[in-house]
Amino acid sequence: MTDANSPANALPVHAAVRDAKGFTGPIFSVLPGFRLAMGVTLLALGLVVALPLTALVLKAAGVGPLAFWEIASSPRTLAALRLSFGAALAAALINVVFGTLIAWVLARYEFPGRRVIDALVDLPFALPTAVAGIALSALYAENGWIGGLLAPFGIKIAYTPLGVVIALAFIGLPFVVRAVQPVFEELERDVEEAAVLLGAGRLRTAFRVILPAALPAVVTGFSLALARAIGEYGSVIFIAGNLPMISEIAPLLIVIKLEAFDYAGATVVATMMLGLSFLILLGVNAALAMRQRRFARV
Amino acid sequence: MSSVASETKFVRGLLIGVALIFLALFVVAPLGVVFVEALRKGVGFFVETLREPDAQAAVQLTVLVAAIAVPVNIVIGLAAAWAIAKFEFKGKAALITLLDLPFSVSPVVSGLIYVLLFGAQGWFGTWLKDYNVQIIFAVPGIVLATIFVTFPFVARELIPLMQAQGSVEEEAALMLGASGWRTFFTVTLPNVKWGLLYGVLLCNARAMGEFGAVSVVSGHIRGMTDTIPLHVEILYNEYNYAGAFAMASLLAGLALVTLILKTFLEWRHGDQLAAAKRH
Repeated sequence: MTDANSPANALPVHAAVRDAKGFTGPIFSVLPGFRLAMGVTLLALGLVVALPLTALVLKAAGVGPLAFWEIASSPRTLAALRLSFGAALAAALINVVFGTLIAWVLARYEFPGRRVIDALVDLPFALPTAVAGIALSALYAENGWIGGLLAPFGIKIAYTPLGVVIALAFIGLPFVVRAVQPVFEELERDVEEAAVLLGAGRLRTAFRVILPAALPAVVTGFSLALARAIGEYGSVIFIAGNLPMISEIAPLLIVIKLEAFDYAGATVVATMMLGLSFLILLGVNAALAMRQRRFARV
Repeated sequence: MSSVASETKFVRGLLIGVALIFLALFVVAPLGVVFVEALRKGVGFFVETLREPDAQAAVQLTVLVAAIAVPVNIVIGLAAAWAIAKFEFKGKAALITLLDLPFSVSPVVSGLIYVLLFGAQGWFGTWLKDYNVQIIFAVPGIVLATIFVTFPFVARELIPLMQAQGSVEEEAALMLGASGWRTFFTVTLPNVKWGLLYGVLLCNARAMGEFGAVSVVSGHIRGMTDTIPLHVEILYNEYNYAGAFAMASLLAGLALVTLILKTFLEWRHGDQLAAAKRH
């Protein structure tokens, strides 16, 4: 994707300047406008992104370690964080299974309506979260189209933690499909054919040849879906029921604290959420890097 | 499909079937239920809901917010892409990460950070009060929060596209005597127009549909600081389900139009899009 960084695309003069002087700052280019473009970018980044996020960090630091710990370790905070992260994990795993399957079907099979379905996969991206929220709660309520089918079996989805998982799985689906689909499209058929000729069954080929090739993309899709689900608010609050300690997600707890003008409490929960998601993403990236290193050695 | 490396007809049918059922339950049903519920009390009620003054105000505010946030993001996105794609400098990777940051922040936190800055007890709270400027619980806060959550859309579409295109054409234009601005408007912009449109499309959809961030900073004043998504919530919490779904159907319609245009762009101009199928 970043072909322009390769020497092939840079003008020879660029390379010459860099090599001769070990230049690493804004290097010579005949194009004008670097200062203006960079100035606008940095100004906007500073005002819109960096300054407000700094305010959050400083506010959290200003709470004081004791008060911070007290809010962070309160049963209600812990329950909200556990639900947000647990439901996000469950939803991301659902997305890995069905997202990979859908990606395979869209990449490999021809069937009527494939293009329409391919486009529809992006609906959760395009549909505003509040709309998704009320639509899902209408569907999964006891008198809804789907909830009504499950009610006779004693399965309740809307207004339970299960509802949270459903909403998060809806939101995260496109991340996995779109991450994995290109890999399946570009996978060399020869490798699969070789596996078959060497005597592997189709199932064995799938698990020993195809899925390992797609694994990094699956993990990437999983982590994107997970990150999105942890912070998700609009699609969840309508279907969750929002009972403290049971079906109250962390973002909702932030909103509740804000509405009570408890800025410190809201900031602490927000910091915990950001910190934990950061650690998870760090772990996922480290796992991907380790796998890559292992393969490089072989 | 006649390759040795392909599934039996039965397995293929089974996989397609499972995928279709999952998508029908998970994606198509929620979309369908919006329109069905919106028309539950008849077309008359539907039209009446949308013509209410509060609903009209919500539509106007949503359009206004998008009309500010989208152009701001176009300017920022073009500037960022120009700096990042056409020049080499230290810290480029860090800058790209920063540009993408709003996507990994919870919408609620995106609103919270502006409350901490501009709210009554925020950094600039007393100063703003002295000058009688209201940002939180007012339109400026909604616009700021919307710009934050839509910040990466245009830039992340344009950067890979302009990187792939390189600077050869611009250099030729400059050598032939065109000014910098003229080069930008007659060479660069036409080269990236479809990518820009793609980014704007996604940016606009998010700007008009954003709920979490806007909900935190809006204050929910009916007819004043309510956008369409917030009005959906208000009607829903008042148990006016048909009304809530009527408002929601406007946004669902917008989502469908966005998807159709997006698919059309990917199909017709896929070669000139960087992020087609990639997000």
